[in-house]
This record gives sequence, C-alpha cells and structure tokens, in this order.
Amino acid sequence: MYRISNFIGKRSNWSLPYAVFLIIFVALPLVLIMGYAFVNEGGGFTFSNITRFFGDSDALSTFAVSIEIALETTAICLLLGYPVAWLLANSKFNGSSVTIIIFILPMWINALMRTLATADLFNMLGITLGKGTLLFGMVYDYLPFMIYPIYNVLRRMDPSYAEAAQDLGAKPLTVFANVTLPLSLPGITSGIMMVFMPTVSTFAISEFLTNNKIKLFGTIIQENINSSMWNYGAALSFIMLIIIGLTTLLTGSQEEDSSAQGGLI
Amino acid sequence: MNEDNSIISIDHISKWFGEKRVLDDISLNIKKGEFVTILGPSGCGKTTTLRIIAGFETPDEGNIYIGGELMNKVQPHKRPVNTVFQRYALFPHLNVYDNIAFGLKLQGVAKDEIEKRVLRVLKMVGMTDYEWRDVDSLSGGQQQRVAIARAIVNRPAVLLLDEPLSALDHKMRKDMQIELKQMHKQLGITFVYVTHDQEEALTLSDTVVVMNEGVVQQIGSPTDIYNEPVNCFVADFIGESNIFNGTMIADRKVRFMGHDFDCVDEGFGENVPVDVVVRPEDIYIMQRNDKGQFTGTVSGCIFKGVHYEMTVNTPEGQELMIQDYNAFAVGTEVSMIIKPNDIQVMKKERICNTLEGVMTDATHVEILGCDFECLPQAGIAPGDKVTVEVDFEKVDLTDDKRDGVCEGDITFILYKADHYHLTVRAENGENIYVDTQDVWEDRDIVGINIRPEDMRISAKKAENQA
Repeated sequence: MYRISNFIGKRSNWSLPYAVFLIIFVALPLVLIMGYAFVNEGGGFTFSNITRFFGDSDALSTFAVSIEIALETTAICLLLGYPVAWLLANSKFNGSSVTIIIFILPMWINALMRTLATADLFNMLGITLGKGTLLFGMVYDYLPFMIYPIYNVLRRMDPSYAEAAQDLGAKPLTVFANVTLPLSLPGITSGIMMVFMPTVSTFAISEFLTNNKIKLFGTIIQENINSSMWNYGAALSFIMLIIIGLTTLLTGSQEEDSSAQGGLI
Repeated sequence: MNEDNSIISIDHISKWFGEKRVLDDISLNIKKGEFVTILGPSGCGKTTTLRIIAGFETPDEGNIYIGGELMNKVQPHKRPVNTVFQRYALFPHLNVYDNIAFGLKLQGVAKDEIEKRVLRVLKMVGMTDYEWRDVDSLSGGQQQRVAIARAIVNRPAVLLLDEPLSALDHKMRKDMQIELKQMHKQLGITFVYVTHDQEEALTLSDTVVVMNEGVVQQIGSPTDIYNEPVNCFVADFIGESNIFNGTMIADRKVRFMGHDFDCVDEGFGENVPVDVVVRPEDIYIMQRNDKGQFTGTVSGCIFKGVHYEMTVNTPEGQELMIQDYNAFAVGTEVSMIIKPNDIQVMKKERICNTLEGVMTDATHVEILGCDFECLPQAGIAPGDKVTVEVDFEKVDLTDDKRDGVCEGDITFILYKADHYHLTVRAENGENIYVDTQDVWEDRDIVGINIRPEDMRISAKKAENQA
C-alpha cells in the first residue's frame, strides 16, 4: 500500500510544489508565447507575425533604441561600478562591510517605487524628462547588479597575484591592467549580463521617466498586448527572448565557471 | 654602514600589526651569494621579514638596505629582488611562457631575447616543452618550477623564497631541495629562504637565522646552530635534544641529573644555574658496568630506520632520549657516558618569572592584566607600581580557564628530562613561564592561579622616586 510517509520521506518529492509552480507560471507561458507567435487571428499556423516585425519600421527603430539604451546603461554601470567595486573590495579603503550595504541598500526598496520617486524628483527640480533622465533611472536601478559580482570577484582574488606582478616589476597601473582586470573578467561578464538583460526588456522605467516619449522594446510588447494584439505581442516577446538567450550564450561561453568565481548567475 | 660584501642589511627593524608586535628589533646582514634561511615556527615573523625585504610591508622602525641603498620607501617593483610565493601565485590567465616572460616584457627586453631567456630558464628548471601549457593544468611540483623560473629569469640580485616547498609531498620536497641547492650554485645569486622545517634549513643553507615571537634567536651556520644552540628554544626547535636544568659548578664543570660532568664551557661563574643540552646521539649507552658516568633502565625502544631511539630512566627521576645503532631491550640495565665536547651549556634566560604590576588595594595586585590576591605588603600603597617575582613551579594551571584568575594559552612546551617548562601567554600578551609535571598540549587554553604566599612583591624603585 502506498503511504504518505514514504512519499514525504523521499527528498526529491519535496521539490514537487515548486515544479508545479514552474510548469504553470514559467513553462506554460513560454509554450503559449510560442503558440501565439506562430498563429494568426484565425488560429492557423503562420510566420507572418515574425515577418511583420522586420517590415515594421516603428518596431525596428524602437528595437534599435532599446538596444542602444541597454548598451549605454551597461557601459555607464560598468564605468561607475568597477571603481566602486574595487574600492569596496580593497580593505585599505573599506574597513567594514557597512559600505557595501549602503550600495546594496537601494535594492531593498521596490524598483517601481524608486522609479516613481525619481520621476517626481526630476519634475520638482524642473528637469525635462527625456533620454538623460531615462539613463539616469536605468543606471540608478541597475548599478548594484554591476557592482556586486565585480566586488565579489575582486574580494576573493588572492592578493598574491597583484603582489607577484609588482614583484616582477609592474607599476600599480600595470598591475591593474595586466593582472587585476583580466582576473576580474568573470565578475565583469556576470555584471554585464545582470544589467543588459533586464534593461533591454524594461518598459516601466521609460514610461515613468520619459512620460513614454522614448519607447523601448518592452513598451511596444506591452502596448500590443494591452490592445489585445496577442499574436504580434507574442512574436515580439519571442524575438526578445532569443536576443536575451543569445547574450547569455555569448557571455556564458566566455566564462563557464563564473558562478564559481563569485558571479551572481 | 654596510660591509662591502653584504647585499641585504636589516637594521633594528620593528613592525606592528595593530597591537601585536610581530617583529621586535630585528637586525640581520646577508652576504652576497649566500643561501640564508629564516627558520621558525608559524607566527614567528619570518614571512613578515621576507615581505619587508620584498617591499610588501614597510618597517615601523628601523631601516632596510639592499645593495647599500635605503629601501624603506621603495616600491616592490623597483627593488632588485624577486619572490617565489608560497602558493606560487602564477597568473591563471597566462600560460607558462607568458608567466615567465611577464617581468622581461615589462623591462622592455627584445622579443627574441625574451624567448631565448625563457627557454633557457625552462630548461634549467627541467620544464622544457611546457611553455604553451596552461598553468592550471600543471601539478604542484611543476607549478613550483614555473614559479622559480618566473623569478630567476629576471636575474635578480636576491631571490626570496617563501616556504616554496611546503605544498609538496615528502619525496618531491627532497628532490627539489637538491635542485634548489644546485640552482643556487649555478646562479650565484643570494637566496633568502623562509621555512618552518628545520631539516630543510640545515640541508640547504649557508646561514640559518632562527626566529621566535618576532625576535632573532640565533644566527649561524647549520653546524653552529645544531651543535651550539644559544638557548632552549633553538635547541628544542632544531633537531632532537635532551634539555636539563643544571648548575655550572666552576669552569669546565657542570652538574645536572644529579651528577657532575666535565664540559668545555668557561666563564659562567661559580654555582650559576644554567640550561644544558645533550643531543640524543651524543649519549653513549652500554650494558650496565662500572665504566659509565651514570646508570639507568631502558623503558622504551623504537626502530627508526638508521638507528634505535631509546627512552632511559635514571634513578634520579630523569628521562633521557638516546639514539644508538645498537638496540637495548626494554628493562635492560644500562650505563651511560657523555663526553665533555657533547655537552652544550647555555645561560638561563631567566630563573623565575619577573612581572610588572600595580597594587590595586592592600591585598590585590594587578599582573598579566588580571587582579591577583596577594599578602598585605608593608610600605607599598595601593596604586604603586611593583615588581612581582614568582617561581616557575609555583604557578598553577587549571584545565578550565574559568577556574583561574587569569586566562592564558600555552605557546611553547619544553621537556626538561623530569618536568615540562611551559610558556603561557596571558590575555594581555605577556608571557608567564611554568614548570609542571602535568602533560599539557600546545595551544591549550588554561586558567592561571598564583597563591598569595608565592609572590615576592617589591616596589619599583625608579617609579617611587619620581
């Protein structure tokens, strides 16, 4: 006879609730997206939703803007985040872990609330909402995701690598360029993924921080779905998924053990 | 200030890490072309000394000269030294060739010259054909060789080696020792080698520097250090030894184990307490007869490969370790002889504990950072600074630190034939020395008690006058 205690005793069964959740809220929607993307209004199989995108100049230019904004955000985050991560990881400048918490602190507040507050702040200061404010909001939201993986890698790096380089005659700047920077690449890759992927698909930030003046790819997906254009919306989502998938593959293949080296992913 | 042939000169250097003084007035001269080993237990300051030579640490006091030039503020990349790191620190993102060529590229050496030198040095460390290998794919021993190659390819005036063989297994360590010695001869440069392995130090070095607790204990050739240790720490740390409390009766006459022995030491004075060291291989052991200087009974006998190691108890209650090619079975009655030349007499560093303290009230004195009860002292008021003397055997240690007035940990154990002489570091970092019959272990945390009647308290004169 089958017993409940046997069922609970088997540890792999404990994951069943989550598996059910995954199927309903992750796998099933993905299947639905695929289904909708390759189906026309009448229910017949078609590629027209996909081909429509490549003929839709509005969608294409939004797509280009999205990629551009995402690239710019990632670049700014990297330029700002690396030095911060380096300082945080260097015990000479950062005696306690309090400083790192200060940088992570904004993440404790809901992103939507932060963005709304930032928009209000710009309005109050009389700053016109546009690309500048959008980039500011994006960087503000995603900077911690760049800092943390880099900080992690730098903090765990054996200081004797830098010392060995110095010992062999490298000036401090050369030590950084020839040893520290290359050895922190796993953290950088991880940080780039953590920032690029969400920024390419976001729409809320652009909605609040540009008053929808600048549309991002996420925005048109949302608009299509909202106006019940399910099939085209699904096709656009599908294209975005492929882009994100490609990014992951590209960065992932470069550093297979990024998680082992302290990356977040 | 440098002698002509000295390349490194360490001049009264002290270094603190926070509150802890890791180097205490170190002075050391290293001659050009010498193989010098800095030897000591972990935490003795040997690695810090090496890092000061390399430039990774700066001395808080004193000066370091390399090649006659003051180096205190000179950055590591400008020093004519190269280091072989303990865990090699080979750059994981570069292959063997690029690791070795790293320093040469920075110096701007021409490409074909770099190639020539890298290949030559690879051949020297026996790693020909490995140049395109990933460093992660190499074994520990191979990484070790690459690390050495990476350092010597730059032709430094001094090669610093920080426990380079500690990660290798026994057999490989032996092989590498021989190779290092040959390399030293071949290169003709100065080697400064840090290790905690006394055998390695004796095998490799021209000069051994023995350190303990941030202080240089002895500097000398391996034979000097072995045959004529200056104190108990060195005698115990280098090789096996029998250490006794003794009394120098007169010149060339020393009394220990309850017997008088002829020795070769002079100038200690008469009836002066001394420490006596006899190496286990220097005690002649034979079947009981009337030619021996003293007698005993064998209580243990172990075969050690080349020789037997025997434990012998004497009627006077002493326990000796003796090494001999002949085995004497347990229970054998034996006679023993020690020749005058084989007795090493050392001045005692101290004959009792002398602690600085303050009277907190009429019947309490603060020493070792704790409040001990004492007898009322005539003529000493609370608040006065005092000196407290306590005999080694009058200090009680307790298993549970809460049973003691003060907490301490055992940092050094010396077996002295019929008792243990312990060094216990109290909470405030001061040492108290304890003679005991009880067996304790290194790093044990203990409670410290001293009975009031065992303290000899006297006012500190200079302080009182002021």
